[in-house]
Amino acid sequence: MSEKLFALIDCNNFYVSCERVFHAAIQHTPTIVLSNNDGCVVARSAEAKRLGIRMGQPAFELESLIRQHHIQVFSSNYSLYADLSKRVMSVLDQFSPRKECYSIDEAWLDLTDLHDLHDLPIDDLTEFGRTIKATVLQCTGIPVSVGIASTKSLTKIANELVKRDPQYQGVLDLTALSERQLDALLVQVDIHDVWGIGPKYALFLENYGITTARALKYADEKWIRRYLTVTGARIVFELRGISCLPLELERPPKQAIMCAKTFGREITRYDEMREAISTYTARAAEKLREQESLTSRLTVFIRTNTFKKQQEQYNNAFTVEFEHPTAFTPDLVQGALGGLEAIYKEGYRYYKAGVSLTRITPPRMVQPDLFGEFSLLQHSRQARLMFIVDALNRIYGHDTLFFAVQGWERSWKMRQGKLSQHFTTRWDELLTI
Amino acid sequence: MRARSLPLFACAVAAGFPSPADDYVESALDLNELVMAHAEATFYVRVSGDSMRDASIWPGDILVVDRALSARHLDIVVALLDGAFTVKRLYQHRTGLSLVPANPAYAPIRVTETMQFQVWGVVTYCIHRVR
Repeated sequence: MSEKLFALIDCNNFYVSCERVFHAAIQHTPTIVLSNNDGCVVARSAEAKRLGIRMGQPAFELESLIRQHHIQVFSSNYSLYADLSKRVMSVLDQFSPRKECYSIDEAWLDLTDLHDLHDLPIDDLTEFGRTIKATVLQCTGIPVSVGIASTKSLTKIANELVKRDPQYQGVLDLTALSERQLDALLVQVDIHDVWGIGPKYALFLENYGITTARALKYADEKWIRRYLTVTGARIVFELRGISCLPLELERPPKQAIMCAKTFGREITRYDEMREAISTYTARAAEKLREQESLTSRLTVFIRTNTFKKQQEQYNNAFTVEFEHPTAFTPDLVQGALGGLEAIYKEGYRYYKAGVSLTRITPPRMVQPDLFGEFSLLQHSRQARLMFIVDALNRIYGHDTLFFAVQGWERSWKMRQGKLSQHFTTRWDELLTI
Repeated sequence: MRARSLPLFACAVAAGFPSPADDYVESALDLNELVMAHAEATFYVRVSGDSMRDASIWPGDILVVDRALSARHLDIVVALLDGAFTVKRLYQHRTGLSLVPANPAYAPIRVTETMQFQVWGVVTYCIHRVR
């Protein structure tokens, strides 16, 4: 089995960092962000942590502290945080094609076979981590920590250690350490802080004298098989450097069918690209009919290999709308080739291309044409509405929808006026200089 | 499976319209394509003062700021200076940096070591409303 390699990129005090991108005066001021529903602290700057403010602490407990230390207080500005999160994630794409967005402020990159991906030599992983950190900071203003290791669990521990000790300057590569050096670090990590170990499980392990990550790593084989769950055993293996948890790559949206491939060799001819796109479209249409659905939106995309830095880069996509939902291959192929014609440019070495079908309609929802166009239009609208709702739920979760409604009724004084502008999503709320 | 999919085709065909897909294949010009080299690093800010007037940057204008670019001598930049944002032209001397306004009514600012200074982003375009 070949050695795996992962990097975990974790944004530092993410919500506070987002506010600091747009508020010049609070770069070194203690700053906190409150949840909108119950007025608890959901993010703290390093300065606020040093004042003893706890995560989840109710804001009313902090009133005198806030006055005394001129602590900056913000309500959660989720549209700002979501926009900056998207930017951070998108910057990370240039470092690896395999990325798992784990949360709004954390993502893993699979760096296995890194040498094949980048034509620049990467010998010093710490240096590579510093490049990631510097690039994200420059492009988005968000400071991040980078932990590099052979398993996802170990990257979590690397980030935990990075945050505790400023000597690492935000980047720690555990693969550069000897087993003995690594163990000396693992002994500093409390079992409660090991990723995947819940509070109950941690108490259970403590009962057996397993109180640190190191102790868990060296737990007796027989004991593991007897007492640990499959999940628990996986964590043990991960601490030993054996990767058991692969990246969970982004799945396409629920209502989408995607057919995309990296070419065996780079494509440079239009007729070859037309063949490829036609093949992918036919396959996607087949999948569509397998699930007895219709689509009214098709996107075709083409791209060069972004990891070959010395090559001319080009990537583009085109979306074709169908007035009536369809699963008819010739219609879909015609649309896809039309889209390809609109975006194809000669002179590039194409590396990947594909077709995705979105706005898929289950056929049961489409009436026979008793009401003609009207009925179809209505169903198409319903499908689109669900798509938007799904997308919103996927991106923000129920809490945020709830928050958006609640936002107009905010009455508690601590929260009033604490919401910063929507600097990146509303023209009338831009940063003014 | 095929028999089941028949009504689906019937729907599309029975509506009686030809596929409109071929009418949509010309992509319209996209201003983003022109002004945005790095979408994830591009921000917009609004100008309030007239210190960059002679560089055709007027109050109310919207600046396109590309953070992915590293600032060079003579770039117009958005900078963080002692807890405030400012837009000025960056001069790189042998001995250090200056932020230079484009309006004789304002004085250049020499960046000293005691100042808290950071380039926030490089201005690449200015959107000015002419009507």
